Amino acid sequence: MSHQSTYTPGNAFSRWMDERLPVMRLVNDSFVDYPVPKNLNYWWTFGAVLSFCLAVQIVTGIVLAMHYVPTTELAFASVEHIMRDVNYGWLIRYVHSNGASMFFIAVYIHMFRGLYYGSYKAPREVLWILGVLIYLLMMATAFFGYVLPWGQMSFWGATVITNLFGAIPLVGEALRTWLWGDFAVGDPTLNRFFSLHYLFPFLIAGVVVLHIWALHVTGQNNPAGIEVKDPKKDTVAFTPYATMKDAFGLAIFMILFSYFVFFNPNALGEPDNYIVADPLVTPAHIVPEWYLLPFYAILRAVPDKLGGVVLMFGAIAILFVLPWLDTSKVRSARFRPLFKQFFWIFVVACIGLGYCGGQSPDKILIAVGDGGFDVTDLSRILTIYYFAHFLILFPLLGLIEKPKPLPESIAASVLGSEPAKS
Amino acid sequence: MAQTHAVEPTRRDFLYVATGSFAAVGAAFAVWPLIDQMNPDASVLALASIEVDISSIPEGQESTFKWRGKPVFIRHRTDAEIAAAEADDAAALPDPESDSARLRPGPSGELEKKWLVVIGVCTHLGCVPLSYRGEYDGYFCPCHGSVYDTSGRIRKGPAPTNLEVPPYEFVSDSRILIG
Ligand code: HEM
Ligand code: FES
Repeated sequence: MSHQSTYTPGNAFSRWMDERLPVMRLVNDSFVDYPVPKNLNYWWTFGAVLSFCLAVQIVTGIVLAMHYVPTTELAFASVEHIMRDVNYGWLIRYVHSNGASMFFIAVYIHMFRGLYYGSYKAPREVLWILGVLIYLLMMATAFFGYVLPWGQMSFWGATVITNLFGAIPLVGEALRTWLWGDFAVGDPTLNRFFSLHYLFPFLIAGVVVLHIWALHVTGQNNPAGIEVKDPKKDTVAFTPYATMKDAFGLAIFMILFSYFVFFNPNALGEPDNYIVADPLVTPAHIVPEWYLLPFYAILRAVPDKLGGVVLMFGAIAILFVLPWLDTSKVRSARFRPLFKQFFWIFVVACIGLGYCGGQSPDKILIAVGDGGFDVTDLSRILTIYYFAHFLILFPLLGLIEKPKPLPESIAASVLGSEPAKS
Repeated sequence: MAQTHAVEPTRRDFLYVATGSFAAVGAAFAVWPLIDQMNPDASVLALASIEVDISSIPEGQESTFKWRGKPVFIRHRTDAEIAAAEADDAAALPDPESDSARLRPGPSGELEKKWLVVIGVCTHLGCVPLSYRGEYDGYFCPCHGSVYDTSGRIRKGPAPTNLEVPPYEFVSDSRILIG
């Protein structure tokens, strides 16, 4: 909630500064005295985790770029050089490559949090849309980054993804050649992807600023999904309450992060990417990084090229209009018994799509005679569910569901049904 | 009087609009080089054709050559493969094309039925199909399961069109110019 500024400059210098460039006032009002709902749980610490991830990617990335060479001749060798020769190069690269995965783990938790507690609903539509935009930019950035080490998966991932644009009628082929700067993925492609991989994280940082600005205009949603009524009773100061909670959440997250970096650094990657790119041989089984698998499954579920591409991008595009598909006025799934069940079915469907995206499309899951129920069949069912969840259930549930009674206030929801003592 | 002035366009309004449009056109011209620089450059275009020797490819085998960064499959077809391809001219094809329309004449002017030349790039999303695999013993794409026949025509799977035949000609009985 945009609240009255409470900043009082403590000394002569800060008073002088405050009249010229009030940055300290901005910091104070945004991250110190800023009131946050007092019932926030640990799912709300992922905003801080995400900011941390972005900072880590930018810092390690800039360092990697000091040693990396973006040409098809030298890219693979330069990454090996980073791993073997550069001081702490292995650490920096493993933090960067696992950091991308950690970033996506955090963003998926953050997004499902928003879905569960109805954070996309009025008045937070713009906040949600900016979030989806960040997610899109993250996927583009990670895609460009994955091409840089120029292994087999880099090359073939880049080939398949850029070919998606070739499916667009009329302009598709010209667009694809324009993206490549060649007649196939090659030197010009690698070089421009490096340039864009460097640029995009800073675009993300820009959108993050807008995202937080929008957050501070509407104020945070909370597990009860009701608005702050009396800031004195319903909120606490950002510092120390949220700062400390975020710091603790972040520490736990860093344990997981460290586990991957130090004990299992290649668990989330593909072994084929340690083979240098060969434009004449496609690996037997090409898969994107784990965080893109659900969309890859949707792409493959459709037997038609253009149709597959449209559905895949549609699966992301639909998130932009979510606020207008949901007809329920109640935000939090806590008070929506039906929505809550379907939320968990949706989570399972997304994980199922991720599983399908990683398997060979003709792998038989349930054998019946010669054929049976294969991965493609499962992807089709889950794809239909994915869209039905948003296009049918979202509008419908709000109309047929009888929500549970909402608590009187945030303070009441924290302290039980008894009236809050002040 | 003053009111009509505010509503009716003046010479000044015209100047504003004209200046604005001129600036917009100028900006569009300035943006074009920034967009076009991403298209294939002169050095990429210069590498556009290759000549290959096919005499070393025995019947029933295939070789791969690199042209414009992509694999080109040159297959020395057996009589059985040719017969299968021709027989399927009448089959229900997703992208109907006769086998003969996909071949080129040799120096004598007669169609070189033994030689199939196709770009080894799946028309779905660009993977390189595996040769002598799949239901028709033509090609099988490992990425999303497209199946091609011994003429490189799409028979099954998500790929929309047949494997592309590159522009090529026989310069002699044993040499082909691609591009
Ligand atoms: C949103 C933030 C970012 C994400 C999600 C991201 C993601 C990735 C990924 C997935 C890789 C491939 C890692 C591998 O398999 O080896 C990569 C590589 C790379 N990234 Fe980033 N990155 C980000 C920011 C940056 C920034 C700001 C730079 C600065 C220039 C950078 C520079 C590099 C370089 C030089 C490589 C190639 C070396 C390597 O493969 O380890 N990245 N990035
Ligand atoms: S790229 Fe060949 S089937 Fe998809």
